Amino acid sequence: MSDLSAARTATERRNRWLLLSPALLILIFAAAGPLLIVVVYSFLTPGDYGGVKPEFSWNAWFSVVMERDFFTEELTFADAHLSIFWRSLKLSLMTTVAAFVFGFPTAYFIATRPKRSRDAWMLLIMIPFWTNLLIRTFAIMELIRAEGTVNTLLLWLGIIDAPIQMLFTEFSIMLGMVYVYLPLMVLPIYASMERFDFSLVEAGYDLYATRWKVLTKVIFPLVKPGVIAGSILVFVPCLGAYVTPRVLGGGKNLMLGNLIELQFGQGRNWPLGAALSLTLLAIVMVALLFYVRAAGQEGEKSHG
Amino acid sequence: MIAIENVTKIYGEGKSAFRALDDVSVTIKDNEFFTLLGPSGCGKTTLLRTIAGFVDPSSGSIRLGGKDILQSPPYKRPVNTVFQNYALFPHMTVAQNIAFGLEMLGKPKREVKATVEEMLELVRMTPMADRQTGQISGGQQQRVALARALAPRPQVLLLDEPLSALDFKLRKDMQLELKRLQTETGITFVFVTHDQEEALTMSDRIAVMNAGKIRQIGGARDIYDQPAERFVADFIGDTNFLDVEVLEITGDAARVRLAGGAETTARGAAEAGTGMGAATLATRPEHARLVPVGQGVMEGLLSQVVYFGTDTHYHVTLSDGAAFTLRQQNTPDMAHAFTQGDRVGIHLAPGVGQLLKD
Repeated sequence: MSDLSAARTATERRNRWLLLSPALLILIFAAAGPLLIVVVYSFLTPGDYGGVKPEFSWNAWFSVVMERDFFTEELTFADAHLSIFWRSLKLSLMTTVAAFVFGFPTAYFIATRPKRSRDAWMLLIMIPFWTNLLIRTFAIMELIRAEGTVNTLLLWLGIIDAPIQMLFTEFSIMLGMVYVYLPLMVLPIYASMERFDFSLVEAGYDLYATRWKVLTKVIFPLVKPGVIAGSILVFVPCLGAYVTPRVLGGGKNLMLGNLIELQFGQGRNWPLGAALSLTLLAIVMVALLFYVRAAGQEGEKSHG
Repeated sequence: MIAIENVTKIYGEGKSAFRALDDVSVTIKDNEFFTLLGPSGCGKTTLLRTIAGFVDPSSGSIRLGGKDILQSPPYKRPVNTVFQNYALFPHMTVAQNIAFGLEMLGKPKREVKATVEEMLELVRMTPMADRQTGQISGGQQQRVALARALAPRPQVLLLDEPLSALDFKLRKDMQLELKRLQTETGITFVFVTHDQEEALTMSDRIAVMNAGKIRQIGGARDIYDQPAERFVADFIGDTNFLDVEVLEITGDAARVRLAGGAETTARGAAEAGTGMGAATLATRPEHARLVPVGQGVMEGLLSQVVYFGTDTHYHVTLSDGAAFTLRQQNTPDMAHAFTQGDRVGIHLAPGVGQLLKD
């Protein structure tokens, strides 16, 4: 009897490991492994033609923020890197804010439509999202280039005399990113608005709240989790955006993603690329931490 | 005083147009507990929402204290609503919910605090002031919703079936509580319900509505004892409708002949405007009594006896096939002389049946 049950436990244990193995394999080979390699590479010396030499070095991490003058060996902040960090942060934040400004009313509009037409509206939001990123980015390019649709139209209408330089500016990068990531803002806000009880709006009006007060005191606090989720979903990929700044920034306005790519490509400095990647990861983690805490407080408030 | 004049609300257009309110006129007095009673879809909630400002009537006028309020948005009307689902703000505490209206009116902090405390006291929720609204029971949420609507001291409090989500015992308590609050605050209450018992026990006056129209307005007694038409008699309480022939009319009273040939007296002849000849007599189940065969004005077969604790309901199939229900109080000394399947006689209290024109 005890032999039988012992055998059964052994089988059960083996089965458990078998069932877990797909998840474990993914975690080891697709997440932990690559991350470990990146961490190790960031502490090695760059190889002459790309790759790394197995010699320990702090140099990559050092050059993330500092640079040593080639001749005088004077230490200064790596202005180029810092300005790219700053531009990435700034553009990501501005994109998030812009996506909120456009996304919130959109989500509100859809959530207040009759139930049957909501899905159709959501489909309209989702179709661009399912379209290839490059196609969408080049579409924006066609719209805003000097001889593009917008400039041509404005010239024809006589509103401007000369084409406005929109392409290859920070504006064009932001425009592209807002367009690309807008659905990621609309979706979570819409999801929380769909659950929102609109009789609370009537209660607000009934209790002498104006439209603005109802929006800020009743609607916004209750859909805030959706707004936070949407902001994270937009902010995080913006930080690492590669295609959009590459195509619409014209190589002048680099963002973090382009800088990292540069190190692995022309720069032939894989350790620095690895260190920059980890820096980006750290920034994202900080953003997520902020999100988890904000969302956690919200949860405590309503449940605890 | 709320003066509602010729208010009509039409939803949709053309063939699919639906008259939710059909030329409704009613005047609700100050400090009155006024109830709109009717089946679902009768327009009572639409009328309430029109007063609150959530529905724009197609035509007509509503004046509050002589001032036309139809032009004002809901947040400018001195009217507050207790919603059917309470609609408490889930991200605020009990106290914050009650304070909301006062804060929106821009009252000074000290006054807000004092009023909130007073309201908490009034609805006996002081110990729960800092609870989240999700942490209190349905009955407590109900009281918070009341306090929140009463806090800004509206001229009129609108209540949209506020007790329908509560269980039986709690509903009884809240009925008394509502009546107490109305008396204590002196605010006009306009109460919407489909529950006739609720309407009868609490209201000063009741408007019975059906199909967008007000069918009868009056006190609980008037409406119960002297229904103006078949719908009202049928909707409020249980009623037996008997086909009769009017033989003689003296003022409001009438001598009528029942289907079996026996005669009795009824009232309402003047109001109903019945002439001689065929009419309908409405009698309440408690106004009739079972008697041995031959002693009553009607006869029939006792088809069912249902015991209800305080009283017993007897269902009788009359000789002409019509159904008749009687209700008799159960008293300790009562002899249960009649059992299912017996042939029985029915005695009608003379002069209490109401004549209706058909």
